Amino acid sequence: MLPNFAYVRARTVEEALEHLGGEDTRVHAGGTDLLGCLRDRVFAADKVVSLRDVEGLTGIRRAADGGLVLGGLTTLAEVSRSSEVRGLYPGLAQAASAVASPQLRNQGTLAGNLCQRPRCWYFRGEFHCAKKGGAQCYAVGGQNRYHAVLGGGPCYIVHPSDTAPMLLALDAAVRIVGRAGERAIKLAEFFVLPEVELARENVLAPGEIVTEILLPPAPGLYSSYRKVRERGAWDFALASVALALRSIGGRVTQASVVLGGVAPAPWRAEAVERAIVGTTVDEKTARDAAAAAVEGAEPLEWNAYKLPLIRGIVEESLRRFHDYQPS
Amino acid sequence: MIPLTLRVNGRERRVLVEPRQSLLRVLRDELGLTGAKEGCHRGECGSCTVLMDGVPLYACMTLAPEAEGREITTVEGLLDGEALGPVQDAFAEHDAFQCGFCTSGQIVAVEGLLRANPQPSLEEIRTGVSGNLCRCGAYPNIFRAAGRAAELRAGRGGDS
Repeated sequence: MLPNFAYVRARTVEEALEHLGGEDTRVHAGGTDLLGCLRDRVFAADKVVSLRDVEGLTGIRRAADGGLVLGGLTTLAEVSRSSEVRGLYPGLAQAASAVASPQLRNQGTLAGNLCQRPRCWYFRGEFHCAKKGGAQCYAVGGQNRYHAVLGGGPCYIVHPSDTAPMLLALDAAVRIVGRAGERAIKLAEFFVLPEVELARENVLAPGEIVTEILLPPAPGLYSSYRKVRERGAWDFALASVALALRSIGGRVTQASVVLGGVAPAPWRAEAVERAIVGTTVDEKTARDAAAAAVEGAEPLEWNAYKLPLIRGIVEESLRRFHDYQPS
Repeated sequence: MIPLTLRVNGRERRVLVEPRQSLLRVLRDELGLTGAKEGCHRGECGSCTVLMDGVPLYACMTLAPEAEGREITTVEGLLDGEALGPVQDAFAEHDAFQCGFCTSGQIVAVEGLLRANPQPSLEEIRTGVSGNLCRCGAYPNIFRAAGRAAELRAGRGGDS
């Protein structure tokens, strides 16, 4: 049973912001992560502010610069079906269609997917863990096969989003509104590691909402998203890799490689990017670059399997890019 | 408690509920529509699948007030008068269940799939029901039933 709360349906962003002042006031977009968190008592709610009737928060439109603007409340199903997304940023369509199940994609929103809380079973369970203000991370020395191998400490969650690594690779920005005003920031500045902010996964202040996701123009852009999960469907990533590459004559001029499911935030694999820029990503380059993907990794007792997994999907994704090149 | 007007299977229904109630609980406990099943009540099984404005969702992950003003269709709403609808017929014809607990969710998921994509490939069918678990493992027959349902629906002229 969910805790008892008041329910209000805002009609405008301004009205929603007025309601979102209280400590235990929660914003409801698709609601799929909100209801899960409330049922698991991850946080409390005394008021839920629904955005379903707020106009202008859904839909996908061309930006003046040729990029795309995606309303924060656009569902994942709409993102994955959009002909503009598929045409310009196929990796984003792949990532959106890899989330959860058809029903959850019909309900879950793109902004919600970026802002969802982690799935760590200690965080979701009845443990007063470090992230919830407790003294320790129970994943250290506990059951940690789904936890972070990169960027962990003092908390070892992995960021669960599929669209986040892809949007970061695409150099997307988010528009954030709050009572104090409005700002647009790059996703690179949006997610934070637990060593910086233990209690939250991004820089959103209480009462702020993500209204838009902004994608820069995509001329000559190759993008792909590869996710590995334990089941063939409806599961979070054990590891994933998002690629966004530009090339001239098969030679990479610009590379963004971001890992998902392996770190507390989408994890930019800069060593891989350095290894492939200026090359045609032949077989040896792909293999060497993939090996660099796990540089600095510090697996816990039960999750070292993620290292060869990461190397495998990075190499596979780079080989796919190479094969895709028109000869 | 708040008053809600829900439109379920083409009928307007007024209920007085706590806003924290899921659509699933309201359908089952307030409206007596027990076709949508409560398996996990946490969005992990699919047995509570209903259509909202023709699109499959989990009723357990939907707050009842979020459903206000939407067209809700449960498995009961897929009947063709007193007879089974085409997806229901196809499931019976292909023996697409064993214990039957997940079946109404599977049928509604297939109905939603076929409304969006009347002639799905096997791969599209597999994806279409990938949000519905069957612990008996009746998947091969569910896939066959979904294919047959597409034929039956086409023969009977579209939306059931």
